[in-house]
Amino acid sequence: MQAVAQKPLYGLMAEFADVNALVDAARQTRAEGYEKIDAYTPFPVHDLFEVLSLNDRRVPLFVLLAGILGCLAGFGLCYWVSVIAYPMNIGGRPFNSWPSFIPVTFEVTILLASITAVLTLVLLNGLPLPYHPVFNVRSFAQRASQDGLFLAIEAEDPKFDLERTRSFLKQLGAKEVNEIEP
Amino acid sequence: MDSKLARSYPAPPPVIEPGHTFESVTERISRVVLGGRHPLPWFIWLFVGFIGANMLMVSIGYLLFTGIGIWGTNIPVGWAFPIINFVWWIGIGHAGTLISAILLLLKQEWRTSINRFAEAMTLFAVACAAIFPLIHTGRPWLAAYWLFPYPNTMGLWPQFRSPLIWDVFAVSTYATVSALFWYTGLIPDLATLRDRAKSQRVARMYGVLSLGWRGSARHWQRYEKAYLLLAGMSTPLVLSVHTVVSFDFSVGITPGWHATIFPPYFVAGAIYAGFAMVLLLAIPLRRWYHLEDFITMRHLENMAKVTLVTGLIVVYGYAMEAFYAWYSANLYEQFMMYNRAWHGPYAWTYWLLIFCNGLTPQTLWFKRLRTNTTWLFIMALIVSLGMWLERFVIVVTSLHRDFLPSSWDMYYPTFWDYSTFFGTVGLFILLFFLFVRVLPMISIFEMRTMVPEAEVKGSEGH
Repeated sequence: MQAVAQKPLYGLMAEFADVNALVDAARQTRAEGYEKIDAYTPFPVHDLFEVLSLNDRRVPLFVLLAGILGCLAGFGLCYWVSVIAYPMNIGGRPFNSWPSFIPVTFEVTILLASITAVLTLVLLNGLPLPYHPVFNVRSFAQRASQDGLFLAIEAEDPKFDLERTRSFLKQLGAKEVNEIEP
Repeated sequence: MDSKLARSYPAPPPVIEPGHTFESVTERISRVVLGGRHPLPWFIWLFVGFIGANMLMVSIGYLLFTGIGIWGTNIPVGWAFPIINFVWWIGIGHAGTLISAILLLLKQEWRTSINRFAEAMTLFAVACAAIFPLIHTGRPWLAAYWLFPYPNTMGLWPQFRSPLIWDVFAVSTYATVSALFWYTGLIPDLATLRDRAKSQRVARMYGVLSLGWRGSARHWQRYEKAYLLLAGMSTPLVLSVHTVVSFDFSVGITPGWHATIFPPYFVAGAIYAGFAMVLLLAIPLRRWYHLEDFITMRHLENMAKVTLVTGLIVVYGYAMEAFYAWYSANLYEQFMMYNRAWHGPYAWTYWLLIFCNGLTPQTLWFKRLRTNTTWLFIMALIVSLGMWLERFVIVVTSLHRDFLPSSWDMYYPTFWDYSTFFGTVGLFILLFFLFVRVLPMISIFEMRTMVPEAEVKGSEGH
């Protein structure tokens, strides 16, 4: 216990009874000036994205780039094989018979873009992650993926003060507030 | 509201029975996986699937040992059971992506209860389909350089103007994207199973698969973007796959194949066969696992309606084939239709097909039959048979009598043709029942969003 206590806390975790309470609490926490906060829900809550001003558009951007790359790669493959590496004269038709290359170009575009969508999703989320301090909170580990609705304020936040933040979360109507061991 | 009006226009039944909470939804679905007790039919069908999968292995083993002489496939019917089975399976796969992607983009909430197992069905159907192009030459080791563009020592490259190579790209992309889409949808549910697991070993297994998902709002925001993008990309992809499959036929000049209606007609047929298969799986599953609260009559009815509509498009396709034959004023096209439907030796398959796909689905106009699970199940079986017959009619009756009467011949499938086909059915059943055992068959986190608890007051809704 001694060794753990020496490491700084990860933050405070408050549990709320319903979605409205969580969204309200997140809004007030932002208004109070806390920046390093996160909400944890067992399903996506769109209002939380707004309240926490979450609008990461890097996934679509990477997907677009991968799609363009896939399009060029798919067409490039057909072109290179049919015109440069293995040209075949079939009834005098042009080697670069581009309409017949469209299906393969399309499929490679979708393939690269889809793989990129999943990869960027996983990597930007910092997954796979074998350990995270939030799971040290008992109620979180038991219910966060089922019916628990949580709001965490991290200790790194400049406004964070163990006692004051705790009473602030309590006053927001949290069912319970727990310390997140590192 | 006037009560008489309310009686004649009742509200549609709910997509989830009232009274459910986050906890009850989670419990009911994850219980199937973590509860440990399975109904007797699960064991019976797992056994049936196991026997079928073994029969498939024996059939493929004998094929590789002997060659395709064990099949009835021979000139002039050089394409027979393998392509029929391939197209049948790949078509069945289409419903999964339609439900998970297209209905998501169209904001059809009822898809939530059925998308997970429909996607699993897609994956397993595509796996069964992929077996046939690989083994149809009897020498799959040669398929490597026939199918895939890689620098081989012979300096050969595939022909990119051929629909057959488009098919390789379409089907392998489809399989990959379907698997990614399925897995992405599973991540939050795997986290649920991790947290509910009773033993450390099980928790660790689901923990690794869930990648350490913790439900952070930041993660959900990216997750929703990525999921929508995947749906958006899967939508044209699924339409392209059966279009390309239909090109395998329509680009050829064989009478009965060379028709421009093939792409839309094949895509509609794929959705039709796929929805029939989803019904075939959903009706017993909801009874065995008591999931009537989640897979309600509304789902079954909606699926029946999709089956009816796509069935009508398919019938339109049959009518157009006959019309083209007459309108083309082409002797060979006209003979093809005459041979297919009237005096040919396989005419009975055509009329059986019209019975299965043309007449049977018309019963779905009646609400009483549409909401009768026994009839829906029987209808789905007949439709599945009909769609298999459709490919038989297209492939075999077109090939066995084409331009030159001196080359006409009959085609008879052998025992090994049937054992390979039923073997893949067994493999499909085996994979599906294993899936039901180890993964949640309904998307738990999406079902949570259907519960009234999930609504945020004052929000304009999602």
